[in-house]
Amino acid sequence: MSLLEVEDLHVWFDLPQRSHHGGGQVHAAAGVSFALEAGERFGLVGESGCGKTTTILALMGLLPPNASLAGEVRVNGRNILAGGEDSVRAHRWTDIAMVFQGAMNALNPVKKIGWQIAEPMAFHGIAHGAAARRRAGELLEMVGIPAAAGERYPHEFSGGMRQRASIAMALACDPKILLADEPTTALDVMVQAQILDLLTRLSDELGLALVLVTHDLPVVAQVCERAAVMYAGEIVESGPMEELYHSPRHPYTRLLFAATPDLYGEDDVVSIPGTPPRLDRELAGCPFRPRCDSAFAPCMDERPVLLPVGAGHEAACHLTRQPAGEHQ
Amino acid sequence: MSEAPLLQVDNLVTHYPVRRSLTGRLAREPRLQVHAVDGVSFSLARGEMLALVGESGCGKTSTAQTILRMVNSTAGTIRLNGTDITRLSQPQMRPLRRKLQMIYQDPYESLDPRFRVQDAVAEPMLVHGIGRSRAERRDLVISALERAGLAPAEQFLERYPHELSGGQRQRVTIAAALVLGPDLLLADEPVSMLDVSVRAGVLSLLDGLRRDGDMGILMITHDLSTAAHFADRIAVMYLGRIVEQGPARDVVRNPQHPYTRALLSVVPHRDPRQRSTPQILQGETPNPVDVPPGCRFHPRCPIAEDRCRREDPVLRPPAAAAAAGHEAACLLA
Repeated sequence: MSLLEVEDLHVWFDLPQRSHHGGGQVHAAAGVSFALEAGERFGLVGESGCGKTTTILALMGLLPPNASLAGEVRVNGRNILAGGEDSVRAHRWTDIAMVFQGAMNALNPVKKIGWQIAEPMAFHGIAHGAAARRRAGELLEMVGIPAAAGERYPHEFSGGMRQRASIAMALACDPKILLADEPTTALDVMVQAQILDLLTRLSDELGLALVLVTHDLPVVAQVCERAAVMYAGEIVESGPMEELYHSPRHPYTRLLFAATPDLYGEDDVVSIPGTPPRLDRELAGCPFRPRCDSAFAPCMDERPVLLPVGAGHEAACHLTRQPAGEHQ
Repeated sequence: MSEAPLLQVDNLVTHYPVRRSLTGRLAREPRLQVHAVDGVSFSLARGEMLALVGESGCGKTSTAQTILRMVNSTAGTIRLNGTDITRLSQPQMRPLRRKLQMIYQDPYESLDPRFRVQDAVAEPMLVHGIGRSRAERRDLVISALERAGLAPAEQFLERYPHELSGGQRQRVTIAAALVLGPDLLLADEPVSMLDVSVRAGVLSLLDGLRRDGDMGILMITHDLSTAAHFADRIAVMYLGRIVEQGPARDVVRNPQHPYTRALLSVVPHRDPRQRSTPQILQGETPNPVDVPPGCRFHPRCPIAEDRCRREDPVLRPPAAAAAAGHEAACLLA
């Protein structure tokens, strides 16, 4: 039993009846499964619209009202979706916490930082008054901000400090799992390095399981031991980061790395032609087929499923079922 | 006689006044200045791509805005094809603007949602009075779209921005610059809003334009990996100054300024085996209102000595750099 187990998670969004889509549903997450141990760092990567944010919002029970979901999310073996989305509330912030995309710009401008960190503690009955303020100070120290700075307002903080404060806020109720959605996307490289260093340290020291959601492969390569690559709402490949880079088994993973420039890279950086498919209609065959450089006959009408291709390494690609040497 | 470079910037200075409050004025608080650009010199040849890299607030965008004459410089000169444009009036600037086009970061913001692609690309021609007839302008629009990689152009003419992907939108803004036949493109973070899978395509397009179109491109970016891949030369800015510049390969593989070294050390790599120990500089770039005396990097510099607090270093070829044109502004390099 792992700390966090996500099994066959599906999320659908109802489209408004009167929109130009004329109703219908978008299948934003289509059978997502992964598991995570305490202290482990896991990356969820893919292009925008691939379902990575939808997946972690489902874990937090924070999907909008037009969403419906299926599947299981287990924390220490207990399915937190068992009582519908509302039952997630008991686990939100106390078991699973999240740093939202752009969180550093979502701090309340008229409240002191320390107050904003202490508020969720009172709400969840963890600490009140002076005790909550003391704990807020400790949390600030933990993320590298002097406790006294809790008396300051967000506008007095730099971008990097505001992002640290939003991480402190997510940790207020002592969660076991931290979901971070593009935590460094708007930051400069030097500040990004400071924040990634902080997240790594927190997961080591507190035994936090970290899910890092980003489109930035090098960031995941530096921070995470394992990662899953998402495409069109599905995980198409997952495994140890080293294997994903050195021996990718899904063409999408290989092409994503090839589209990412590297400081010392000598090979050409090539973009992936085409765009991801629309998710409001059933897809026949492999969802990546129209953009794939190695598609062959079965990809047309047979949907590939995730199959083991190595130790802790899975890929959803028909090529992996072929005897070695028959492709490429 | 050697031909003048396409763009020559000498000792460019742009300061912005800091607004004082009424009480501040009554109390005769000192007038403060933001030293956004504080003595920047570089040149750019035709067919060349120069990347201006640095963290936010280092003055890279202010440098571009000053070159475009969107803000007035405090001192220094900007020469375009040998002509000094620093003090030209806005009406005098107007015909030159054709030659000087800007590509913005966010194609979701820079395109009018109510303009079809053909109108968005044709509008700059109307502003500059290019093309005698609708039909002639339509032909120019089609050829610009195709040069920007939107082929066949007929498929895109009638579309609205919301029907296009981010990469296609950015190509439309590039086409809208190309219809004017520019000599110099200033691209401010041209791919940072785009999906990873399409970034390379837009960058290769810019790369092709300067090679085949004999255009100069000044690319502003915070992404050193992108700069290393696509630019011929890299100039690293810190607090309003270029602290190191040279051929991209040399700056990346043989950095001479401690700031460049620190910046390079924190760039994440694709290969998880290449996890280096990042040399994380503490704190953030100081406020450009009060620039530290001496070398402006000394308060954060890991190797600063006593004289770094007093002497302001100038760009010069460092002892340990062999490549022509490689310069660093460090007393210890």
